[in-house]
Amino acid sequence: MTQVSRITDEQTPTSTSSTILLRISKFNPEHDDSGRFMEFTIPYEKWTTVLEAILDVKKHFDHSVAVRYSCRQATCGSCGMIINGKPRLACFTKISELNSNVVTVEPMNNFPIIRDLAVKFERLFNTHQKIKPYLIRDDSELESDEKEFLQSPEEVEQYIQFANCIKCGLCNSACPTMATDSSFVGPQALAQAYRYVADSRDKGKDSRLKIIDDSHGIWRCHFAGSCSQVCPKGVDPAMGIQLLRGYLLGFRG
Amino acid sequence: MTQDEHKEGIKGMVNPSRYGIERFAYWLMRLTGLGLLAYFIGHIYETSNILRGQVGWNEFLELTQTTEGHAILAIVIAMCVFHTVNGVRVMLGHGGIGVGKPARPDYPYEPASQNYRHKIGIYSAIVLAAIAMMYGLAVMFGE
Repeated sequence: MTQVSRITDEQTPTSTSSTILLRISKFNPEHDDSGRFMEFTIPYEKWTTVLEAILDVKKHFDHSVAVRYSCRQATCGSCGMIINGKPRLACFTKISELNSNVVTVEPMNNFPIIRDLAVKFERLFNTHQKIKPYLIRDDSELESDEKEFLQSPEEVEQYIQFANCIKCGLCNSACPTMATDSSFVGPQALAQAYRYVADSRDKGKDSRLKIIDDSHGIWRCHFAGSCSQVCPKGVDPAMGIQLLRGYLLGFRG
Repeated sequence: MTQDEHKEGIKGMVNPSRYGIERFAYWLMRLTGLGLLAYFIGHIYETSNILRGQVGWNEFLELTQTTEGHAILAIVIAMCVFHTVNGVRVMLGHGGIGVGKPARPDYPYEPASQNYRHKIGIYSAIVLAAIAMMYGLAVMFGE
């Protein structure tokens, strides 16, 4: 059941001709049986982001709204949430780009809710760690101070796109398989598996492919592509996953 | 689904409206797959009627000669064609074919894997399914 409480402040903090109705999902798993929406009328300029609007609410209307954020420039990956039905970074989404007088913000799907808009990232970090997100080399090679692992620009191109991942979780939130399969590794971890498999300095390809070659691993991806459409950094997890699957199917060496 | 996991569930999985034609194709692929599975089971039941002899077989076969029977068969034709054509597209994609090449991304970060080749493949599957269904309807109702 969704309850709606309306707060409209006539004394808005800044004077502007444009306002939106900001609907914020409120839910505390420790106390509430179901979620509800709080509604606020917020002034905005064409450069105002959704995160700024939420912080406006915290400052002037309801300081109890729980939201995680840090860098405000789409680098830390903290402020992922569902904005008007799609996973987006709140700091990277301008209200004026949404083309709607109503902006609804909800916690990301497929992540346990801590409170309101803040969700737990433990599972994403665990699956990320599971695929060994580091270069694997022989210890003897790493002990040498003079050892360098040189790469050509072409070799860097093979993985640099996937190294842009900020672990915001938007891809996992949009994934239709994640919506139903609690054990699925997820597009974030699979894309990162490709990032290291495609790195010419890495020697851990076989061990990583073994980890993802699982019934809840790479084979559960059905190439819906939603992960790539919501990625705010252009990582394109769907491409990485299909290229990675090419290794397992023998299309790639 | 538990509130603790906050998973979208089947409702979220089958919602085709938010992520473009690729997600719509994913939804159609699942739907047609289930439809063809249902037809396959029905088809096994239908053909098993031959054990009742020629009379029993002919009686059951008459069911497919009705308007409803023709409509169902036309839908089966469309499902079969879409599932086949889109299946080939997805299989090629699963092998890393036609999903683009890794490169330094530039804003606004259009995903290379969602390229025109795959979009053409999806639209082709839909158009071919529609043509096949119309041809089937013309044959069945044109008798």
